[in-house]
Amino acid sequence: MRTSRVGRGLLWALCALIGCWLVVPVLVVIPLSFTGKPSLKFPPDSWSTQWYANFFGDSAWTSAFWTSVQVALLVTVVATTLGTAAAIGLTRARVRWLGAAQGAMLAPMIVPGVVLAIGTYSVFLKLQLVGTLAGFVMAHTVLALPFVMIPVTASLRGFDRRLENAAASLGAGAWTTFRSVTLPLVAPGVASGALFAFVTSFDEVVVSLFIQSPYLQTLPVKMYASVTRETDPTIAAAATMIIVLTTTLVFAATFFVARRTRAK
Amino acid sequence: MALLDELSGAARPVTKGRAAAREPGARRPALLILPALIALAVFFLYPLAVVGWNAFTDPEPGLGNFTWFFSEPANIATLVRTFTTALWVTLVSLVLSYPYAYAMTVAGTRVRAALMMLVLLPFWTSLMVRTFAWVILLQDTGVINQILGAVGLGPFSLIRTQTGVIIGMVQLLMPFMVLPLYAVMSGIDKRLLPAARSLGARPATAFVTVYMPLSLPGVSAGCLTVFISALGFYITPALLGSPTDALISQQIFTQVNGLLKWGRGGAMGVILLGLTLAMIALLAVSLRRAGKRVSG
Repeated sequence: MRTSRVGRGLLWALCALIGCWLVVPVLVVIPLSFTGKPSLKFPPDSWSTQWYANFFGDSAWTSAFWTSVQVALLVTVVATTLGTAAAIGLTRARVRWLGAAQGAMLAPMIVPGVVLAIGTYSVFLKLQLVGTLAGFVMAHTVLALPFVMIPVTASLRGFDRRLENAAASLGAGAWTTFRSVTLPLVAPGVASGALFAFVTSFDEVVVSLFIQSPYLQTLPVKMYASVTRETDPTIAAAATMIIVLTTTLVFAATFFVARRTRAK
Repeated sequence: MALLDELSGAARPVTKGRAAAREPGARRPALLILPALIALAVFFLYPLAVVGWNAFTDPEPGLGNFTWFFSEPANIATLVRTFTTALWVTLVSLVLSYPYAYAMTVAGTRVRAALMMLVLLPFWTSLMVRTFAWVILLQDTGVINQILGAVGLGPFSLIRTQTGVIIGMVQLLMPFMVLPLYAVMSGIDKRLLPAARSLGARPATAFVTVYMPLSLPGVSAGCLTVFISALGFYITPALLGSPTDALISQQIFTQVNGLLKWGRGGAMGVILLGLTLAMIALLAVSLRRAGKRVSG
């Protein structure tokens, strides 16, 4: 009995350490973003908010930020629509090529980013999509599709099809049935798919590095260039804002889910 | 709005009678898949086909790019380094994630939620931000060397070394190991361990012979995800590693973006993709065999 208690203690101590190892490293960027000197020396020995002023005052940073937001929002709309439609089709259609279609939809998750990136670059040079908003949106959409398909398919699996038939038999049109019966019931899956799509696009670096132009780049691309070229703490300010935003979103989502499950 | 028209396919047969309403047309839902398939064909499959095409035709048709790749010892070294790095990352992640995921299954609701949150936060945080944090931590005058210096060790060069790359990648990829492990472990019946012990097995024996085999599907899913992600990782090795110890993804980047050698980059891409698919096939086969052994 005593050995198992010691074992338990060791297990919890190990978990605490691993938990810290997962979360703490990223926190170094927060104090660094308030450094007073133009270097990435840690810990900083003087303090200022100049790097935040620099971020908002430098059009290269702000336009990269807005491009990222724009692309991610458009990807969310396009990927969620295409992915939800495809998930509905895949769970209901009875055609021979279903398995192949399903495999193809999930393939972007396993293909190494660089391989897809050089191919996309080559195609975009021909189609003149390099450095365009449409190019970013379409390249990110295919990467986001599997992350929409998976949660939507999961919520469709647990969905009672007879509800749709009931609505239809009561005279509801197809669109009305979809909007007032199907969509509300699979909404949690669609919502998490949309969130995944946004984050996939907002984070994407490798393909974006190839299809960017000096005139149109996303925030992660700008950050990558900043790390490789200069030691400018503005990147720490940008990173801090992303961390705060992500943490808020994760906490909000967790509380929302907890409240929903309790309400049921 | 063709999409919405297609959705109506599910209800349209109502007019034809009740039996039809229960079994809607099998073709119409298939049309819903088409928009996504077209997007995939143009922006995913076509680019990959172009990579393959370049590999065999640029600058001239033939196997030239592949014979170049396998005749240069430096390329073989890159390939081996990519493999060993991915293997180390997978092993270290597994060793750290297994007890963590196990603890999640035995913890109370609140502790479990906290442990889950600690995994999900990095999972959602931008990869670029987390890699940047590792650049700060691993630099020669960085936090890790300061701490080691305080206890009289080091300084070690961590950034621009394979060790630095492995440290960073393990931390970045660990959520992909913990989540499948936890998913499988939480489905294992906990009464099996006391049952094994009541039959005379010591706790460690019971854990190794009863619990571990049942957790294997999670182990293989986690290892596969981490291993294939590590094989193709670009950003982290590019920022934390050294150009002389480059991994294959960095070489691909250099060939295409720096040297404009589309064919050579394409050949390396084909090799990397081939290796990734081979790993997946290997796992699928071994899982099917394991499944047969369990059921048979």
